[in-house]
Amino acid sequence: MSSRERPLSPHLQVYRWQVQMVTSILHRATGIALAAGALVLAGGLLALMLGPDSWACFTDMASAWYGKLFLFGWTWAFAYHLLNGIRHIVQDFAHGYSIGAFVRNSWLSIIGSLVITAIVWVVALNGGAA
Amino acid sequence: MSRFRTPLKNVRGLGAAKTGTEHFVHQRLTATALVVLGLWFVWFVVSLVGADYLAAVDAVSKPWNAVLLVGFLVATFWHAQLGMQVVLEDYVHNSLLALALQVSVKFIAVLGAIVSIFAVARIALAG
Repeated sequence: MSSRERPLSPHLQVYRWQVQMVTSILHRATGIALAAGALVLAGGLLALMLGPDSWACFTDMASAWYGKLFLFGWTWAFAYHLLNGIRHIVQDFAHGYSIGAFVRNSWLSIIGSLVITAIVWVVALNGGAA
Repeated sequence: MSRFRTPLKNVRGLGAAKTGTEHFVHQRLTATALVVLGLWFVWFVVSLVGADYLAAVDAVSKPWNAVLLVGFLVATFWHAQLGMQVVLEDYVHNSLLALALQVSVKFIAVLGAIVSIFAVARIALAG
């Protein structure tokens, strides 16, 4: 084995940014964020189980500015991971691999996630779906 | 080489990786479940905006909601563990650290699932 510095494979910084790599990176990032969000959900259900006081503590935090920011981020991460996940399942069936379709579907994931986030928050801020 | 292999080894076709397509299949199965359960969950939470404590308890207590919620929680923590496993496999190369993180992620995912499902069950069965 040579101890000489081996050339490294070209990494992110040498590529021109394109939507395909953005959707790939975002899928991972939103997945990690949603995994953390699942623990917050567990905390929320625990608070609801423990009674009115702890539930009030949880909803106070959820309705504070940082709670709303977290929930807004969670909504977008969820919407993006959902749409892009569907894109991945479609690709698992060997559809959408031409460059044109790949780029179009990637943009559909991104723009669609923003639309879903907007719809959810318009409904939520107008008093909920009930 | 093939005469040293047992027929069972050939049938399983797993090779040096020692696992087959379970991870891939379970990731896709939980993902498919989460398309439906996730959309339901978002609708469920949005319908509870502005609800007080009793309304929230009442909503979680409804049998269909409790069942769907537990389904969502199982699929979520399972899918999250599978995804985090791949992320760690890709980026953490120190085998001892990787092992510690993989075990931690599995424990946290299982703990999160147990705690949240216990909470739903206790709320749903209390009344």
